[in-house]
Amino acid sequence: MKSAVIVFPGLNRDRDMIAALTKVSGTAPAIVWHQDAEIPDVDLIVIPGGFSYGDYLRCGAIAARSPIMDIVRARAASGVKVLGVCNGFQILIEAGLLPGALMRNTSLKFVCREVKLEVTNADTAFTRGYTQGQIIRCPVAHHDGNYFADADTLARLEGDGRVAFRYAEGTNPNGSINDIAGIFNEAKNVLGLMPHPENLIEAAHGGDDGRALFSGLLGAAA
Amino acid sequence: MTIPNDIVITPQLIADHGLKPEEYQKILDLIGREPTYTELGIFSAMWNEHCSYKSSKKWLKTLPTSGPRVIQGPGENAGVVDIGDGQAIVFKMESHNHPSFIEPYQGAGTGMGGILRDVFTMGARPVAAMNALRFGSPDHEKTRHLVSGVVAGIGGYGNAFGVPTVGGEVEFDERYNGNILVNAFAAGLADTDKIFYSKAEGVGLPVVYLGAKTGRDGVGGATMASAEFGDDIEEKRPTVQVGDPFTEKRLLEACLELMATGAVIAIQDMGAAGLTCSAVEMGAKGDLGIELDLDKVPVRETHMTPYEMMLSESQERMLMVLHPAKEAEARAVFVKWELDFATVGKTTDDLRFRVLFQGDEVANLPIKELGDEAPEYDRPWTPSVPAAPLAAGDVPQMDVADALLALMGSHQVSSRRWVYEQYDTLIQGNSMQRPGGDAGVIRVDGHPTKGLAFTSDVNPRYCEADPFEGGKQAVAEAWRNLTATGAEPLAATDNLNFGNPERPEIMSQLVHAIKGIGEACKALDFPIVSGNVSLYNETNGRGILPTPTIGGVGLLPDWSQMARIGFAAANQPILLIGGPAERGTHLGQSIYLRDLFGRRDGSAPHVDLAAERKAGDFVRGLIRSGVVTACHDLSDGGLGVGLAEMAIASGIGAAVTGIAGHDPVLEFFGEDQGRYLLTVNLDPQGDAIKALWDEARDKGIACAWIGSTGGTDLVLGGSRAVPVADLKAAHEGWFPTYMDGAAA
Repeated sequence: MKSAVIVFPGLNRDRDMIAALTKVSGTAPAIVWHQDAEIPDVDLIVIPGGFSYGDYLRCGAIAARSPIMDIVRARAASGVKVLGVCNGFQILIEAGLLPGALMRNTSLKFVCREVKLEVTNADTAFTRGYTQGQIIRCPVAHHDGNYFADADTLARLEGDGRVAFRYAEGTNPNGSINDIAGIFNEAKNVLGLMPHPENLIEAAHGGDDGRALFSGLLGAAA
Repeated sequence: MTIPNDIVITPQLIADHGLKPEEYQKILDLIGREPTYTELGIFSAMWNEHCSYKSSKKWLKTLPTSGPRVIQGPGENAGVVDIGDGQAIVFKMESHNHPSFIEPYQGAGTGMGGILRDVFTMGARPVAAMNALRFGSPDHEKTRHLVSGVVAGIGGYGNAFGVPTVGGEVEFDERYNGNILVNAFAAGLADTDKIFYSKAEGVGLPVVYLGAKTGRDGVGGATMASAEFGDDIEEKRPTVQVGDPFTEKRLLEACLELMATGAVIAIQDMGAAGLTCSAVEMGAKGDLGIELDLDKVPVRETHMTPYEMMLSESQERMLMVLHPAKEAEARAVFVKWELDFATVGKTTDDLRFRVLFQGDEVANLPIKELGDEAPEYDRPWTPSVPAAPLAAGDVPQMDVADALLALMGSHQVSSRRWVYEQYDTLIQGNSMQRPGGDAGVIRVDGHPTKGLAFTSDVNPRYCEADPFEGGKQAVAEAWRNLTATGAEPLAATDNLNFGNPERPEIMSQLVHAIKGIGEACKALDFPIVSGNVSLYNETNGRGILPTPTIGGVGLLPDWSQMARIGFAAANQPILLIGGPAERGTHLGQSIYLRDLFGRRDGSAPHVDLAAERKAGDFVRGLIRSGVVTACHDLSDGGLGVGLAEMAIASGIGAAVTGIAGHDPVLEFFGEDQGRYLLTVNLDPQGDAIKALWDEARDKGIACAWIGSTGGTDLVLGGSRAVPVADLKAAHEGWFPTYMDGAAA
């Protein structure tokens, strides 16, 4: 399986994501600069975390209006899998690929700590490496991860199995509604999540609970 | 040669520039005429304490700065130390004290920005950061505001830039009420054959300006940082710069890309005194003149004067000397990252610093005298008068369990989680030990086993009581913290924070602390490779506690063998290594006295450097032999607090015997130096541990089996059992409760 990582200026977990994809799949992803005219033919497009354009407008808002996102939208529509982590999640929301909004954490502070996640829907290409209801460890590091959606949208997300991960065991770090940590689009080929599975993929990280997301996606051995 | 003066140079104007009458006379003698207003600003920028080290240089020269692994010592943007395999660690610590007090968010953020720039200017990608923060008394009206702003500012900048914070310090003391300390450390990795320096080479080469545009922010900042605070402090807010971590991140990537093209001959970041200091340093170091044309400088405001452009401290800017043949290639890199790139001058062979503006020459000064031949003072200092020892038998009593709970929940010992969870501690995916242990550890990206350890240490209480012993102790504690992870201490950076050096008793603190640092660095083969001096930390005539912060770096050949502080399992023997046979004896200047009895008396504990080295080398050897399951050095609060921290880190309790006939307060809260607590995976009745004891005895190192791990309580001698859960609640509770405003 081939993957590509989109890099906008100000992203800073691109190297972490590239390392995770390389370590899990054995193949380095293609690196796509935001001004590139094309995204190579891949099965997975990843938008990593960081502070695109400094988050000087709403987080992700400027990157979401970059021409490369038209290509991402078209690929997503054609069924290519798209993963956005942290700022990548914010960009996917601002780009209209995922519904809702990510607001400032209720603490009004940046938070970097480990949380527990419940795998809410294990029956997708992204989550098939986990079991339904499995509780995993995962770090978060963000200032604006407080997910919100209106009641109708929320009902659709919950009803259609589009909540991918939920903060579990009272570890919601940001005030997200329904403890939502990550969501799918309708077709479930686009996933956005705030936590950083790429930072928990090997013994050196103190655990590898994040690895199954990549190994499941990439069809590689866990 | 005449340059017209539009602005009359009055004695008041000279004083406002922080120049003494005799310094102004030196300027007149040097250039043979009255300086222009712009030139006065340039002299003020170059000859202030912050840029010239004029009070401290004589003493800094006495520090050991070389060693077999040292590639670059002090004098460049950062120190460079060989870590083998063609790689080097590049690091420095620098203060941003004055701006952080005036405007905490921007002051602390731009402090981070400055130190990160110092590191990547040398061609290194930043891989670790630390912050040593000192605030006023918790019940002082400004403290919460300052803590909140400084921590958010560091996080706001460092998190966006993308460097993990792996350690640091936070302390409170009323002596910092009017002058907080924000000391920022950064380290980066580089290839030893691709280190970049600030020394310009070659005549007639382009001097290129890179990065953000120049505005009016920070004009006169370095001069402000070289003065005491008075009641007019609010008026100084405009001298604080505003940070832009997004531009800094792009500048990092663009600089590293540019360096890879081979276009860079010399590079200097624009920090204190901006364009002036960077241009003068590049020229002076290379024995070259520099000519700048200010009409070419990218500006973000209109009608900026030459004075403002030369003294602006706008952030995220670099000055480089480039190979002319590669200028186009270099420009393309900066266009890609959407950063300014402008050729603003050239190197010359006349050793003059010439500044042109709208067809006029607004400055023409001798570059060497501005830079590396700036004034130097041998300021008078009084003899050191160390505080008297406590009287024999002066041991104020308190129940040991009560005292332990009180200390664990005190502002001094409590967990700093509230602070470090606002920093990204795991970005880059290499953090092996995050804040909360003895030292932060990262693995060296791309190497299968190698790791680097980082720590920041100083005990200002000891430095106040005895600057010489305090200086020694700061170095020894840094060395000890690195050793406690199993790392070999490589080298250190010093950030010397003191009051007004024109007062002989303050100068005495500086002199004796440097002497102590030097003695310890020599004895421990732990050279100082970079550093920063921050003087005039005084408000209305009252100085801070003398605070020579030491940032230490160590090397782990195999990070999988490193030790952590948490007890690993039940039923493991606990060994106390180093120090006196009575385990604890020294209560002077302890937190037991200060925080439980409001006493600041007694002598600072003595550091026996030979014993320090012996015990440390022994402990490191044990860790590397694989028998050590946990290790922690003893510092504030002594044996009792050390044991509690090890228990809290894992939730496993311990029972420790007392020494019959010895005061338990001394035993458990004495702050004797050079000590480590270890647990080992050895049978306490077996031959292996006996061999360990024999070895320690032969080497003359105290190595006592003081108890065993297990259970859920911590039992210190004959005192009542304290549940680890209670210790943890106290330890975790203070900071969030305080910041919520409920405690003081």
